[in-house]
Amino acid sequence: MIRMSRLQQQFANLKAQGRKALIPFITGGDPAPAHTVALMHALVAGGADVIELGMPFSDPMADGPTIQLACERALAAGTTVSKLLELVGEFRRDNQHTPVVLMGYLNPIEHRGIAAFAQQAKAAGVDGVLIVDLAVEEAPEFAPPLKAAGLDMIFLLAPTSSERRIRAVAEAASGYLYYVSLKGVTGAVTLDLAAVAHKLEEIRRLTALPLAVGFGIRDPATAAAVGRLADGVVVGSALVAEIEQHAATPEVLPALLKAKLGALRKALDEIAQ
Amino acid sequence: MVYDYAQFPDARGHFGAYGGRFVAETLMEPLRQLEEAYARLKNDPDFLAELDRDYTHYVGRPSPLYHAERLSKAWGGAQVWLKREDLNHTGAHKINNTIGQALLAKHLGKTRIIAETGAGQHGVASATIAARLGLKCVVYMGIDDVERQSPNVYRMKLLGAEVVPVTSGTRTLKDALNEALRDWVTNVDDTFYVIGTVAGPHPYPMLVRDFNSIVGRELIGQSRAQIGRLPDALVACVGGGSNAIGMFHPLLAFDEVAMYGVEAGGDGIATGRHAAPLSAGQPGVLHGNRTYVMADDDGQIIGTHSISAGLDYPGVGPEHAWLKDIGRVNYVSATDTEAMAAFYELTRGEGIIPALESSHAVAHAKKLAPTLGSDRHIVVNLSGRGDKDIFTIAKREGISLT
Repeated sequence: MIRMSRLQQQFANLKAQGRKALIPFITGGDPAPAHTVALMHALVAGGADVIELGMPFSDPMADGPTIQLACERALAAGTTVSKLLELVGEFRRDNQHTPVVLMGYLNPIEHRGIAAFAQQAKAAGVDGVLIVDLAVEEAPEFAPPLKAAGLDMIFLLAPTSSERRIRAVAEAASGYLYYVSLKGVTGAVTLDLAAVAHKLEEIRRLTALPLAVGFGIRDPATAAAVGRLADGVVVGSALVAEIEQHAATPEVLPALLKAKLGALRKALDEIAQ
Repeated sequence: MVYDYAQFPDARGHFGAYGGRFVAETLMEPLRQLEEAYARLKNDPDFLAELDRDYTHYVGRPSPLYHAERLSKAWGGAQVWLKREDLNHTGAHKINNTIGQALLAKHLGKTRIIAETGAGQHGVASATIAARLGLKCVVYMGIDDVERQSPNVYRMKLLGAEVVPVTSGTRTLKDALNEALRDWVTNVDDTFYVIGTVAGPHPYPMLVRDFNSIVGRELIGQSRAQIGRLPDALVACVGGGSNAIGMFHPLLAFDEVAMYGVEAGGDGIATGRHAAPLSAGQPGVLHGNRTYVMADDDGQIIGTHSISAGLDYPGVGPEHAWLKDIGRVNYVSATDTEAMAAFYELTRGEGIIPALESSHAVAHAKKLAPTLGSDRHIVVNLSGRGDKDIFTIAKREGISLT
């Protein structure tokens, strides 16, 4: 039997328990690299099953203003790809069970050299990579070194994804699929649950991969509603907005993020039974 | 190696190692639909007739090929000719593309167009065609550019467009592009994104090139009629590179025609304060395509500098990246100072006030002309007129116009 990755194992465990994955996103190095590891541990304490760690980029074109500003704060504080990998390594010293997915844009990864990045990320304890601007059509030139290093490749699906694309994306992906709940950027406010349910049904007919849903999930009620439809719920901008608000007093952030995520965890666990 | 330039981009939108479609999933299907619609319409006689009619009666094409005799004499070498895109309606080559894309938008049933702009020329051209076709128009513009190109901002507003100042990032063209992409991904059902240069995800570099290629196609006929043959060299400025590719592309197959793309050298390439990714950048991915970009050691896109807002961009069209690698086009640069000197020479010597963007091309022609005999011919793409820049220039001269 093929050994499951930490990410695959996590989703398998959750499924066996009848629970939904709670997947928080924060931008690595925001508000400064010195705080990131503590925030990651706080997210786990708040109930995170997987952590998506944003790799800051100067031109995050698929993100809304909240995450763009987070990128600007992180970069201004000296966050680099090397630094981010160091931080993941530091997190791994105390946590060997929570999968970490790096989410970012292609240019900083390609600039480093995709094979070198893949090796270094794996060595640091990264489990998966989601490259927002790497569509599945362009992946054959970039994905093989990442897969060869044992990293799961997470891809996005969207309301506009055709059946042909869903098949191609599911074929290339591993770990889970990230369904973008709406046409828009991260941090958008309107979420059409009926439309999400309809599309997830279509996707489920075409793949057995776990489905996480993100974009527009900011409170326990929405998380629970989406949790009824999906295998996992991604919450990002709502957490990053907290970091933005308290960037000047980062020492309060671990407790705040833990509490915020804890409320979402509770809502998700209530629907599990 | 012999290339059939008409075969690029390939079916996946690649020019060699460049181009492609590097965007988030949400835009992949809309881009495929655009590609399909364009493939259908570009050979549709009604669509082409409508485009031709607009080129003739709305833009005022063909634009003249003008022999700058006094400049040629002053520079003492090759004969210098100007392809007068500055005489187009709205004052630049940009309208060639916006008309084409707006007609596509109309055929696709979109009611709203969005655009990014640096110098404001593409914004004005988009606002213009939106007014003409009765489409709603929103233009994204870096707040720094809003300040240095205020006449064009006002023009867009007069034309009924909404101008959204962009405050993120470096607050210039690249950030306006990010913001326009965010708008598009949010409003993709009713909105057509009119990209202003030969960058962005496939099929944009191809369709912007095709719509601007009217310049090169006209030039072939005009050159044979006025010079008696094709020119020896073409010179055009390159920011994203739409005016350059428009003039170069129809002539790429003629090996005897040398081509020079002139990037913005800013304070000089050695200072790092410039906007010349082909001269001093490296391959990377930005705004949906793989191309040469200006990035720091960690792959972050860096701020650029040029006196001309329209060239102030850290990327470049992927076809230019490819043409550089295969050696078909020479990419060079002109500094702010050289562009300013050329601006004054053309203004005073020929009575033509060029855009600061186009002044970079004129500056290179000035270097090139004396190296060639007086029986040789250089054509400069005078891509835009300089009225929009008079405030920038006055400020540089220490004069207040208000």
